[in-house]
Amino acid sequence: MGIAAQHISKQFGGFVALDDVDLDVPSGELTALLGPSGGGKSTLLRIIGGLEEADTGSVVIDGTDSTGVPAQRRNVGFVFQHYAAFKHLSVFRNVAFGLEIRKRPKAEIRARVTELLELVHLDQFADRLPSQLSGGQRQRMALARALAVEPKVLLLDEPFGALDAQVRKELRDWLRRLHDEVHVTTVFVTHDQEEALEVSDSLVVINHGRIEQVGSPNELYDNPRNEFVMSFLGPVTQLNGAMVRPHDIEILTADALGSVEATVTRIQRIGFEVRAELQGGASQPWVQLTRGQAEALDLDVGSVVWLRPASHASTLLPVG
Amino acid sequence: MSQTIAEPVPGRAARRARSSEESRLGAVSGAGLGVAVLWLSLLVLLPLAAVVAKGTGSGWAGFANALTDRRAFDAIKLTVLASLGVSLVNAVMGTVIAWVLVRDDFPGKRLLEIMIDIPFALPTIVAGLVLLTLYGPGSPIGPNWYGTRQGILVALLFVTLPFVVRTVEPVLLALETDVEEAAASLGASPFATFRRIVLPAITPAVLSGAALAFGRAMGEYGSVVLISGQIEYKTEVAPLYIYKQIQDDALAEAAATATVLLIISLLVIASLSALQSWAARRA
Repeated sequence: MGIAAQHISKQFGGFVALDDVDLDVPSGELTALLGPSGGGKSTLLRIIGGLEEADTGSVVIDGTDSTGVPAQRRNVGFVFQHYAAFKHLSVFRNVAFGLEIRKRPKAEIRARVTELLELVHLDQFADRLPSQLSGGQRQRMALARALAVEPKVLLLDEPFGALDAQVRKELRDWLRRLHDEVHVTTVFVTHDQEEALEVSDSLVVINHGRIEQVGSPNELYDNPRNEFVMSFLGPVTQLNGAMVRPHDIEILTADALGSVEATVTRIQRIGFEVRAELQGGASQPWVQLTRGQAEALDLDVGSVVWLRPASHASTLLPVG
Repeated sequence: MSQTIAEPVPGRAARRARSSEESRLGAVSGAGLGVAVLWLSLLVLLPLAAVVAKGTGSGWAGFANALTDRRAFDAIKLTVLASLGVSLVNAVMGTVIAWVLVRDDFPGKRLLEIMIDIPFALPTIVAGLVLLTLYGPGSPIGPNWYGTRQGILVALLFVTLPFVVRTVEPVLLALETDVEEAAASLGASPFATFRRIVLPAITPAVLSGAALAFGRAMGEYGSVVLISGQIEYKTEVAPLYIYKQIQDDALAEAAATATVLLIISLLVIASLSALQSWAARRA
C-alpha cells in the first residue's frame, strides 16, 4: 500500500523539475524527501497531493489510482511551509474545516477537534485566531487540521522551514513521536539533512529532478552511492584523493600502514568539537575531533602527524 | 507525547511593547491628527455645513416643502436607487474583473489593466457624449437608451467601474494561494473554497469599493446629463435637478435637496463601513 509514484516527469516552461522519477513509500512509514532547493522534491510532493499535475506518470495512493484525481477528492493531508492558516477562522474552526466540508454531525466534529487539539497541545487555544499563535503553534494547528479528515497519507512541505532553530528542533522530535502514535503514512520534504536523518524511517535524496539514492538514514550516511549523496548528508573532506568524513580520519603520532604525513596548519575549537586543518601532500584535509582527543594528541599548529581513514570509514573516489 | 512544547505565546509582552511605542509617537501623531482635522474641516466640513445651513435656512417648513415636491422626490429616488443598483452590480462585476486580472494570464492583460482606469481619467462630459453616440438615437450597435433609465445606469456603471476593481485587486494579490490549496486538500470544492476562504478575506475591500462607487454615482452629473434626456419625473437625476433649481434661482430648494442627498449618502456609507469593519473583524 502506501504511495507508489511511477515515471513522474514534470517541466515548468523549459525547466525540468522531475525527470522520470519512481518513488515507493511504504505504508505507515515516515519518509523524508531530501535535496537542495529547486531539486524537484516539493514538486514531487505536490504531485502526490494533487496540487500539481505531472506531465507523465501515475500516482497510486493506498492502492487507488489517483492520477488525475483533484486534490479535493484525494483524501491526503497537506501541511505547508507557511502554515496556510485560515486567518478569519478560530483555531477550532481551522481544524474543523475538513469535517465541516464533509458535513459531519456537530457533536462528532466537536469531539474529533477537541481530541486533535489535545494531541497537538493546543486545547487551551481553541478560540484564538491563528494570528494570535506563534509559528510553531500555527504549524501544529495546520497538522491537526490535516489529520482531522483521517487522510490516507500525510504530506508535509518543508513544515519547519519558516521556524527558528530552537522551535524547529522541538517540533522535529514532536513530529517523530506523533508519527509513532498516529502511524499515518507520512512524506515530508526538507533541505535540512540533519532533520531528515533524525526524523525519518527512510530517506529519498533528490537532486536535479532525479532520485539519487533511497534507503534508511544510516544506510545512506554510511554507504552513499555517489559524491552528491555523500556531501549532502554530512561534512566531507579529501584525504589522499578520496572523499571521507572528517570524523572518520584517524590521527596518528607515528607512521603506520596506509597513512599520510601531514602538518597541522590551523586549530579551531567550536564548543565540544575541535577542527584541525592540515597540509598533507597535495591535499588539505580537515579532521573533526573531540576536545579530549585533541588534548591527548597534544595537537598544535606545526605538529607533524600521520592520517588514515578509520577502519569503519566510508570513502568514495570522486568521479573525474 | 508526555512532553509539552513550551513556546512563548505572543500576547501581553508584545502588547506592552506596542503601547510604549504608541506613547513615544504621541507628539507626532498628535500633530498629524491636528493637520488632518484642519484639512478636513476646510475642505469637507465647511462646505457641507454651508449646504445644510442654506437648506434649512428657511425653516423646517421650507425644507419639508422642498422635499414633498414631487419632482424633487422623484429625482432623489431615482438617484438613490440607481446608485444602490450600480454599487451592487459593481460589487459583483468588479470582483470578477479583479479576480481575472490577478489570477489569470492572457494576452492583452496589461492593456485591460490600463483600460480599467480610463473611466477615471476621461472628463465625464466626454464619457456622456461617447455613451450618447453609442447608446443614443442612431446607435451604431442597436439600442436606443436616450431618455431611459437604462441609459442612466449604463453611464453610472461606466464611471464607477474602477472602484471595486482597484480596491479588491491588492487584497487578492496579497492572498496566499497555499491557503486555497489547503482548503482543496481538505476536500473543499473550488466554490466552497471561494465562499468560505476567499470571500471572507476580500469582503471588506468589496464593501469599501462599493461605498466609493455609491458615493460617485450619487453625485454623478456629466456622464448622465446627455443620455438621460433630462425628462422630469422620469430621468432627471438629483444633481441635475439641483443644477436646474440653481439656474431658476431657487437656492433654498436646491440646498434642501442637497441636504437630503447628503444625509442618505452618509447613512449608506456609514452602514457600508459598519458592515466592512464587521467583516474585517471576522476576516
